[in-house]
Amino acid sequence: MSTGKNAADEGLEPAASNQVQIEQICAAFDNDHGRMLDILRAVQDAQRVISQDAILRIAELTGLKPIEVEGVASFYAFLSLTPRGRVTIRLCDDIVDRFAGLAEVQAAFETVLGIKTGETSADGAFSLECTPCIGLCDQAPAAMVNDIVLTSLTPESARLFAARLKDGTRPEDLISDRFDDLTPIERARRMVDNNIRHAGCVLLGDVPQDAGLRAAAAATPAQIIESIERSGLRGCGGAGFATGQKWRFASTAGGHRRFVICNADEGEPGTFKDRVLLTERPRLTIEGMTIAARAVGAREGILYLRGEYVYLRELLEDVLADRRVRGLLGSNILGVDGFDFDVRLQIGAGAYICGAEGALISSCEGLPGEPKTRPPFPTTHGYLGCPTVVNNVETFCHAARIMDGGAKWFFDMGIAGSHGTKLFSVSGDCLNPGVYEWPYGMSIRDMLVAVGGEDAAAVLVGGPSGAMIARDMFHRKLTFDDLSTGGAIVIFSGDRNVLEIVEYYMSFFVHESCGYCTPCRVGNVFLQKAVAKFRAGKANPADIDYMRDLSQTIVETSRCGLGMTSPNPILSTLDNFPLVYSAMVKAPEDRLRATFDIQSAISDARHLAKRRSYIFDKDFGA
Amino acid sequence: MTEPRKARVATASLAGCFGCHMAILDMDEHLIDLMQRVEIHRSPLTDIKSFRHRCDIGIIEGGCCNEENVHVLRDFRRNCDVLIALGQCAIMGGLPAMRNAVMHSDAPLRECLEEAYITGRDIRNVTHNIPNDPALPLLLDKVYPCSEVVEIDVQIPGCAPTGDVIFNALSKLLDGKFDGFERESIRFD
Repeated sequence: MSTGKNAADEGLEPAASNQVQIEQICAAFDNDHGRMLDILRAVQDAQRVISQDAILRIAELTGLKPIEVEGVASFYAFLSLTPRGRVTIRLCDDIVDRFAGLAEVQAAFETVLGIKTGETSADGAFSLECTPCIGLCDQAPAAMVNDIVLTSLTPESARLFAARLKDGTRPEDLISDRFDDLTPIERARRMVDNNIRHAGCVLLGDVPQDAGLRAAAAATPAQIIESIERSGLRGCGGAGFATGQKWRFASTAGGHRRFVICNADEGEPGTFKDRVLLTERPRLTIEGMTIAARAVGAREGILYLRGEYVYLRELLEDVLADRRVRGLLGSNILGVDGFDFDVRLQIGAGAYICGAEGALISSCEGLPGEPKTRPPFPTTHGYLGCPTVVNNVETFCHAARIMDGGAKWFFDMGIAGSHGTKLFSVSGDCLNPGVYEWPYGMSIRDMLVAVGGEDAAAVLVGGPSGAMIARDMFHRKLTFDDLSTGGAIVIFSGDRNVLEIVEYYMSFFVHESCGYCTPCRVGNVFLQKAVAKFRAGKANPADIDYMRDLSQTIVETSRCGLGMTSPNPILSTLDNFPLVYSAMVKAPEDRLRATFDIQSAISDARHLAKRRSYIFDKDFGA
Repeated sequence: MTEPRKARVATASLAGCFGCHMAILDMDEHLIDLMQRVEIHRSPLTDIKSFRHRCDIGIIEGGCCNEENVHVLRDFRRNCDVLIALGQCAIMGGLPAMRNAVMHSDAPLRECLEEAYITGRDIRNVTHNIPNDPALPLLLDKVYPCSEVVEIDVQIPGCAPTGDVIFNALSKLLDGKFDGFERESIRFD
């Protein structure tokens, strides 16, 4: 970072130069504690650690207590209270990556770098760690190396990359020898293949530039909201709330300051459609936000980009700057008096929970990404307590296209209750993983034919918080009312172990629970252990009821969507794959627990006491 | 007309402190009422050490910390119609299960024994040995609640449960009317 060089140039002691650097970073954000996440990200980037000294200094400068700063620093996976390597390699540890050969790739990195996963090399050069889904399931196994991403890794390519990094190659140079000469869009395309397999007419086909915005500028806010309402557009992030209604609520809420936030924290494992939109349709996304701003009367917007997509930062910042120059952002947009709107980019730091509306707002406010209690809803009390519209990337893109094509055009696509088209990110055991834009209403069977996954044994629709369905349900349809999804479709062939998949997803929720609600923090751990018992063949018949009961408790007593949906991998497989569970259950004999294994329970003591058991070693004792 | 047969009750203390057995005795004059309906078979109270008859009710105090506990508990399960876990140690391991907290170790059992007999701060152990008489049952890798070793029919919570709670639960069981506890009777705050 340039700030670091300045301090070093002045010939200060390292500790003193670190302090100067922190002052410069805080000053760049006006010492505003509301920008704590940006401050901490910058400190982490520059110093590879959020040290205790840094916490004290940041607290002093921003007027917070040190524990509040530490609360933020310790919440996010990409911030670290212990030093991390100058090059931090994060292997994507999604189940899709595991099935695609993550273990061999991981071993290759470990061998060449000479460190185990979770360790930092002694010279502080490298850290190697695992991270949940980074949105690249269509080109797994994938990894982040600082701010760049590597895709479709093989053990050979991993060894090569690791060796080059060890020789001092910059991570950027792994992508291209002339990385610095490439434009942001070229860089993004070199790193990531967007695999657009089917372009529909709304989002991925030809999109006239800013036609929607021009139509919106000519319309009144009330007309815009009416158009969106008539189009039948529902939120594309997963929950499916009616977009027009959300905008209407925010437009009628009291107060002068309003916000529009774009949720680009695409964290649901198996989802990567927003990645594609942000790369291929960034202007349409901002256009949609601008239209929403006009509809609800907002002057400020935030694009919340998940930390894993930091490789898109430059691209998005260029788009924002370009739109400011062309009068599409800023004051008097398109020459309309009083049509003022601008967007800032907020980068996340590795927390799935921030995809939940309330947690995302907390995160934008510089707080730990904990959900807020609802009601009040963000449309009346959102960011900084002001009325706020939070929509998914795809929703904004749709809104912009509806303003251009008309509400009827959009409404006539899809089927009743689910109008328009939807992006599906398809990954797993199929020939053509990637992004598909289809009208709502396609059946799973037709979808599988289209993606080359006819021999699927199980399909996970909507990611782990959605539903896992079996072959006897492949006639079901991709709609809000049947199989609802924010876009994730993960296909598993008959070679995969359903319980391994379920246990993985439970471990994901254990890792990502923010810890606020006890049933979610503790209950998911118990659920994961229960599934592990089934996998090990140690479960009792009563454990099925136990898992259902516990799941119900978690669903009913958690305050945000994470806890309300985290038991879904278990609940949907109990319903749809009952034989998988019953095959692994041991019936008790004499009402003794078949799952208690006395021989393994006393084996430690046998070794320590150097004798055998009088009771349980039959040939020896009684 | 013959008197109905008295219900047979057996009791055992596994990894417990005998506090729950004291609590049984602590039901005072109710003990007279109870004894008109039951006879105590295998139990530390009678010093009968093995089952000669099948019993209607088995009462277990304490969880399982060694192989003998497992052996006794399984014997109770095979010989009793209704098996009761009495008190927190039987229900969830209780105080002895604190040793389960020694878990971030390659050899948790050895670490636990060494601290208990050799390295602990206030240890007076002149032999500097960990007891290892052949008559001592082998310890389990951790302390198990009874319900992980056998199926348990009824749990009577408390540390120890009061004499009244025990008496009421047993009376209702004998009447065939037991269906759990009133919340008021088992709250301790």
